[in-house]
Order: sequence, then C-alpha cells, then structure tokens
Amino acid sequence: MQIINNMAAFWNSFDSEISGCDCLGDSHLRQAPGDSIASVPYISVTMAAKKENSDDEVDEKVKKYLRGEAANLEGVKDKKLKGQLAVREDLYGKSAKTAAKIEKWLLPSEGGYLEAEGIEKTWRIKQESIAREVDILSSRNQYDIVLPELGPYTLDFTSNGRYMAAAGRKGHLAIVDMKTLNLIKEIQVRETVRDVAYLHNELFFAAAQKKYPYIYNREGTELHCLKEHGPVLRLQFLKNHFLLASINKFGQLRYQDVTMGEMIGNFRTGLGRTDVMQVNPFNGVVALGHSSGTVTMWKPTSSVPLVKMLCHPGPVSSLAFHPNGHLMATSGRENKIKIWDLRKFEVIQTLPCHAKTLNFSQKGLLAAGTGSFIQILADFSGSQNYSSYMTHSMAKGYQVGKVLFRPYEDILGIGHSMGWSSILIPGSGEPNFDSWVANPFETSKQRREKEVHSLLDKLPPETIMLDPTKVGTVRVPQKKEKPTKKDVEAEMEAAIETAKDTEFKKKTKGRNKPSKRAKKRREMIDKAKRPFLEQQTQEHETSRKKQKTNPETEMPKSLQRFVRQKAT
Amino acid sequence: MKVKVISRSTDEFTRERSQDLQRVFRNFDPSLRSQEKAVEYVRALNAAKLDKIFARPFIGAMDGHRDSIKCMAKNPNYLKAIFSGSDDGDIRLWDMASRRTVCQFPGHQGAVQGLTVSTDGSILVSCGSDCTVRLWNVSDANLADSDNLSDNSAKPQAVYVWKNAFRAVDHQWDGDLFATAGAQVDIWNHNRSQPVNTFDWGSDTTISIRFNPGEPNILATSANDRSITLYDLRMSSPARKVIMRTKTNSIAWNPMEPMNFTAANEDCNCYSYDARKLEEAKCVHKDHVSAVMDIDFSPTGREFVTGSYDRTVRIFQYNGGHSREIYHTKRMQRVFCVKYSCDASYVISGSDDTNLRLWKAKASEQLGVVLPRERKKHEYLEAVKNRYKHLPEVKRIVRHRHLPKPVYKAANLRRTMIEAERRKEQRRKAHSAPGSIVTEPVRKRRIIKEVE
Repeated sequence: MQIINNMAAFWNSFDSEISGCDCLGDSHLRQAPGDSIASVPYISVTMAAKKENSDDEVDEKVKKYLRGEAANLEGVKDKKLKGQLAVREDLYGKSAKTAAKIEKWLLPSEGGYLEAEGIEKTWRIKQESIAREVDILSSRNQYDIVLPELGPYTLDFTSNGRYMAAAGRKGHLAIVDMKTLNLIKEIQVRETVRDVAYLHNELFFAAAQKKYPYIYNREGTELHCLKEHGPVLRLQFLKNHFLLASINKFGQLRYQDVTMGEMIGNFRTGLGRTDVMQVNPFNGVVALGHSSGTVTMWKPTSSVPLVKMLCHPGPVSSLAFHPNGHLMATSGRENKIKIWDLRKFEVIQTLPCHAKTLNFSQKGLLAAGTGSFIQILADFSGSQNYSSYMTHSMAKGYQVGKVLFRPYEDILGIGHSMGWSSILIPGSGEPNFDSWVANPFETSKQRREKEVHSLLDKLPPETIMLDPTKVGTVRVPQKKEKPTKKDVEAEMEAAIETAKDTEFKKKTKGRNKPSKRAKKRREMIDKAKRPFLEQQTQEHETSRKKQKTNPETEMPKSLQRFVRQKAT
Repeated sequence: MKVKVISRSTDEFTRERSQDLQRVFRNFDPSLRSQEKAVEYVRALNAAKLDKIFARPFIGAMDGHRDSIKCMAKNPNYLKAIFSGSDDGDIRLWDMASRRTVCQFPGHQGAVQGLTVSTDGSILVSCGSDCTVRLWNVSDANLADSDNLSDNSAKPQAVYVWKNAFRAVDHQWDGDLFATAGAQVDIWNHNRSQPVNTFDWGSDTTISIRFNPGEPNILATSANDRSITLYDLRMSSPARKVIMRTKTNSIAWNPMEPMNFTAANEDCNCYSYDARKLEEAKCVHKDHVSAVMDIDFSPTGREFVTGSYDRTVRIFQYNGGHSREIYHTKRMQRVFCVKYSCDASYVISGSDDTNLRLWKAKASEQLGVVLPRERKKHEYLEAVKNRYKHLPEVKRIVRHRHLPKPVYKAANLRRTMIEAERRKEQRRKAHSAPGSIVTEPVRKRRIIKEVE
C-alpha cells in the first residue's frame, strides 16, 4: 500500500497541464503494484513526447470551442471600440480554453470503440461476437422484434434517445421506453400509416395516415387531425422552430407551427411525388430528393427552393445529413452513395454501395441499408474519407425500410418488413450528454421545465437560412452592379409575399363575396409582379434586338468573302 | 477484438434520495447545439422586452418642503439619509427608506443656497442668501435617535456671518476645511468664524464649487463670467481658468478618475474635461433640451446623473455622448439638484415643485435580496441583450423611451437647427478653396480660451 500511496502523491504533484497521466498512471497502479517503481522512468521518458501531442489536441479542441476565427482588430480605428473588442476577444479565448480543459478532464463517460486484432477486419465481426464481449445491459439492447403481419415498420426516437415510436404500415402505432424496454402504449388505427415523427418531447407524436396526418398523445389519444396537409408521405419535425414539415402525395411541402397551429408555408414543389425528405439539423432547412435526381432545399419563408442540385442520374432513393451540417449523403438507383460538402456543393466521395436508406450518427458514422443488408461506414482519419466499418445482414426476407441511430447510445434501430431490430454499433453515439440539451434520465419535472424553456427560445421561421452563423452579422453592401437573376427572383418573391400579406377591408351588405376577394388578391399579386415582368420584357427586347442584327448580315455562302469583317 | 459500448448505469446519473438535488451533466461541445446565434438573438429580443416590462424606476416622492428645493447633500457614512435645503430656509434630513423627515434644521432667514457634509459625517455646513454659514452637528447618535419623526429640530453648532450672500458650499474630502462661493471664494475652518483664505479672480460671482476627491487641496469653481476656474489651496493664487461660451451651472469630479471632471452647462450639454488639459473637452454629452442645472457622479465613476431645467433627469455614461436613461413625471417641475446615492443604486432629484424624488438608477433592477441564480440570470440577459443591441428589432425596443411632448418637440427643433448649421458649414466648405475653412470639433468649439 505504501508504494501505491507514494505513487498517488507523485502523480498529484504534477501540474494539470500535463496530459496522458490518467490512463497511464491509473492502469499501472491497478495492474501491477509491484512494478510501479520500475515503470516510473518509462513514464517520465515518454512524458515530453506526450506533452507535444497533447498541446496539439488541446489546440484543436480550443479551435472547436472558439467557433470561428478571432476578429481582426488591425483595421479598427476607433480606440475605444478597439479596446473593448480586445477585452472581449481575450475573454473568448479564456472560455474556449476552459471548455477544452473540461472536455479533456471532466466528462463522465468515454465513447465506444471496436478494434480488430491481427488480421481480423472490423466489417467481418458479427453482432453475436460483440454481444459476447460487452456487458449484460448493453447486450440486452440487441434484439429483433418480429411482427410479420403488420407491415414494414418505420421508427423515430425522441431527441434524448429514451423513447421510440414505431409505426407499421398496416396501422400499428407503438411507443416504447427504450431504457426499460417497456411498451408504453400501442394502438391500431386501422389505416395505412406511412410515417411517424415525434414532436418536441415524448408526449406528442405525429403519424402520417392514409388521408391526413394525426397528432397523438402518449396515451394514444388522438389530439389533432391535420386536414390541410393532405395524404402525407413523410413528416419531419424542426426542433428549434417547433415546425412540422410534411410532403404529400402531390408534391406539396407544408410547414405548420405546432405551438399555435398556424400554417407557416405551403409550397408546390413542382417536381412531382417524392418520399425522400430530411431536415438538416445544423440549419433547419428541409431537403427533398426527387425522381429526376435533383435535391432541393427549402425554407419556410420562400416558395422557391434555396438550392437545387443535380445529384444522381436517376431518382434519389435516400438522403442523410451529418449533424455538423457540412456533409450530406445521397444515394441513387445506380448503386452509388455520394458524399457532398454543403459549403461548396461538391462531391467529396463516391461509394459503390447500394442504399435504400441512409442515416448519420452523432459521431459521424453513416449507416446504409438495402435489402436485408446494412453497412456502416466510418471515416477513421477525420478527413471525410468513408470506408467500411461494420456490416450486418439479417435473415433473407427481412427488407430494411429505415435505419436510425439512437441518440447518445451506440445502438442502431432498424425498421424492416418483419418488425424492427436493434444492433450495437460501438462508437456511433455521443457518450456525454448535456442535461440542458437532451437528458436521457429526465424526470417529469425536468421535462416540463425544458418544455417551457424551449418554448421561450422558439426561433421564428425567418431564422432558417443556409448559413446560420450569419445571424447578427452585417450584410455587406453590394456593389451597384446589375442584380443577378437570383436576386431579381428573390426580390420578386419578397414583393409577392408582402402583397399576399396585405389585409383587405371586410365589406358588408353582400359585397364581401369570396370570388371577389380572391380576384382582389390575385390583382394585388399581379400588381406586385408587374414591375419585374416589365423589366424582364424590356431585357428580352434588348437582347432580341441585338440578335436581330446578326442574321441580317448573314450572307449566302458564295458571297461570304465580300462580307466586311467586323472587329469582334 | 476490443469492444466497448456506451453503457450508463442509472445510479451514476440519477439522484439517490429525494432530498438530494438532481444531477446536472454538461457538455459544452458546439456540435450538440444548433443555431446558437439565432437562439441568442431570440433571447436578446425577449430580454429587451422583459426589461421594458419591468422598468419602473420611480420609487417615491418625499413631500414636506414648502418651497422649491435648491440643494442637497449626502452623508458619506450613512446610506439611508439625505439632507435637502429649500428656498424658505428649511433644511431637512430625510430617511429614504420610509421617505419621511427625520430631523429639521430651521434657522436660515433666506434661501438655503448650499449644503455639504464633512467626510466623517459629523458636521453639516449650510450657507444661504442671508450671508450666513451655519454648522450643525449631525453625528450618528443624532441620526439614530429618530423615534420622534415630526418636528425634531436641532440647534446649530455655530453661525458665521460674513459680507456677501453665498451661492454654494463644499467640504474638503480629507481635512477640515470647507469652501464657500459667492462674490469671491472663501476657505473656512470649522472653528474659525472668519474665512482662513480668500480667492478672487475676475469680478463676477462664483456660482458653484467642488473639491477634488483625490487631491484634497484642489477645487473647481464656475462663475457667472462663463468660466471654470481651478484653485490650489497650497498656492496663494488661482491655478487655471477656462472660459466657455455659456455659463456652467455645476461641476462634478469623477470619484474613480479624480483628474477628470464634468461641467453642466447652460447650453444644454455637459462637458467632461481632463483637469490637466483644459484646452479641449474630453467628451461632450448631449441630450438635454434646456439648461443643465446639476450633475453628480456615481461612486463607481462610470455614470453620472444630470438634472435640467427641462423637467427631466438623465443618466449618462461617463464616456458616452448620449444619455442611457431619462426620468420624467408630469408632477416634476424644473429639476435643480440631483444626487447619486452612495451605493450606486438610487438617484435622488430635488425640484421646483417642493418634492424630492427617489428613482432607481437601473430602471428594471430587482430591489431587495436577489438569489444567486436570479442574479446570474439577470447578468446573462443583460450580456446577451448588449451583444445584439445593434440589430434593428432589438435596438428599437432598447432605445424606446417615452418623452414628454414639450421635450420631444424641443429635441426635434434642436436637431433641425443643428442639422441646418452643419449643412451650411458643409456647403461653405465644398464651395471654397480646400483647407480655407477648418471645422473645429465640438469639444473645442465651445471653449473661448484658456487662461493661466
């Protein structure tokens, strides 16, 4: 005991800056007390090298917490402002360093990992061998629930990963508490259910049924019937904005605010029926994948998509967003998965893998499911180069419908044609949760408080934009060039929106006919559009005039040598 | 094969007994939170709105005087009390918590023009237009003895009669001398019935006087000939003088930066000067629409309060060109004196309508005992509001103040006049030879000359 006590004192005397001590010191203390004295020189020799590595690590972490570059104060001429900004930048640096240190030392849990030894490859490791190595509690999370007669199942998890809603195509809705694997409620709605989505907490979920989507309580009571949405194919919930987004059979995208029930946006995509829809958690834009191979991104305040990109030669079969918002994975019918960088809208990587469903985990692992085979891809070096990490094949006949990683756990939920399953994927979940963001051990009091706080912090739908860090920044004044087509379109959109918002005087004595009201509205919108259309026609005319001159000088071939050469 | 899967045991993450607090785990990783800036913006907007909802700065009025209140004094040793003197010779000691008179000091025949308390809190010096200086004993024993609230009158410790009527009085911060202003500047000692020293520079009356908090021998005075004079008691003659375009009604030294003082001027502005460099003002504080009558600094040195002839009280930042707050009431008439309380939480104004009014320095502050969590929340809301206060929606709410109609109209008129002047100046410049017309900065424009 004396030796171990001395060792403890020895370690305690080191400065907190020196890293790597805990795993080395503790493991040595526990494994071989007799060898501890002999191991001391080994540790001290490697200390210098370790310190350099740790500095780089800490620097990287500090960079992450700084959230961007420090402001350049060279150009600031106002001395008072410069002084104030310098003090603030100093404070930011300090807080980033403290946060990096906390991440290093004070987080309670460590992430999962799977390491192959020798010539073993990680993608050959089966779930049974993993189950044998891990503890009982984790191996309980590996199961298959077989419900063959109720159709292919889709799943949704609450944001803290505690509750799961499962919906079978033939109308089976079930809510399961994943911690205790307790079935809370199951109901049979006797209608086709195409999708299910949890709202802000486990008390409410929405099910996209045959004709309209319905919102249910945890008890299974039907709370609302959302008639305006129509026959919905996919539902997505935007957490920060409390918006329920839906895409229906006719290709109409709708946004509804679930706090007040107000319909915020209703857009005709114009690209036909699609059931590929995902929300980018980083900035709240909704992406739709169409049968023409294009992916369009939408925000609730404009009827024109923000981005339209051609991703695949054939229809897009599925779509997934990385939680950091910079990566998007799309898959098409041509057996390829493309990984896109959303800052530049360029392909980073193309993988020869067939995927009917895609999902990113919190740690950046990509799950691709097709047929009865699921492949997990990971980028090991952090350089966004995805390679195969694990695979799982289910019994033939089990057609995978949806893969979904469970938040804050190393578990992948699979909804397939014979029910749902859950498998272990080490290293996919975030080990340390933040109680103020999502708490898997929430009590009902905490849940109520969180609901109130998140309602107070509800973001207005105007804050959804491609780059969310632009809020609060100064918009650089554009040079007085001719506005681009996009700007003109955006201006027209804005004018149309304001025209739509005008309130009309309510007329009485039989003059308030709906047809007249509709006509007046259309007139207002046309009036708003008119200057833009006039401008467009003017431009057309000028371009046509320019074109007209050319054909006149086109001589027959035999007389070409007599044409005066104009300087071009 | 080495495998590890996340497995959390429930007892590590939940509390053991119901008496324990709930456990909170933090992970500051930005990737767990999305759209942080938008959330902060929404919080700033809500904080600005809440601020406006809770902005109730007026606490109460202290009623009792029968004529307009011309001067006030605060006792540096006793936080709850304030002295006030009015135009009918009535001096009262008020208890701010109950807003009642504790003690009256009758004796002056005419208006009481100045009041000051010695730094140890034992002597109150008052001067009036009846050419007398009276010293009153106001030690703690006297003040604590306030069981009989009404008509507790005291007798003066000493009455000194002199040649001319007095206009102002101030006590040295670290000694037992006090100075009076009138036809000339007199330096008195407590025990002498005649002034120890006299300063006279120029032929006009001195209307205000202030000792420097850092250097006990330096004092600043302002006179009717539009000048501000600095005196040093160790020399027998005055030190420096700066003549401005309009008369200065009152001066206050910054207690945290004793070389700077701010002068409340008749031309609706306050000018902050560095006493070592009087050729140019450090900062011009513009917002009042009529003459600024009195000025007092907060003990933090970061803010000062001004009372003006336009019936408003404004609070400025020490280096800010515009006021951060304005207080007005329908019943408050011309404000002649203001004081910032010694704990920097309250502002007291004495005005023409015979009332002293008590206001909060921060209009939406929660008074009383604030729990640590509440305080942290207030600080966070303040910080997030300051971060986004430049954005239009937040700015509109933060900046919004209701002004009485005459003040609003007068401010618009002033703005039009100044704009017109500026435009004319610019056009003159544009149409004349470059460099022939030089615009002086406002800080210099109002100063005529500096005299040694």
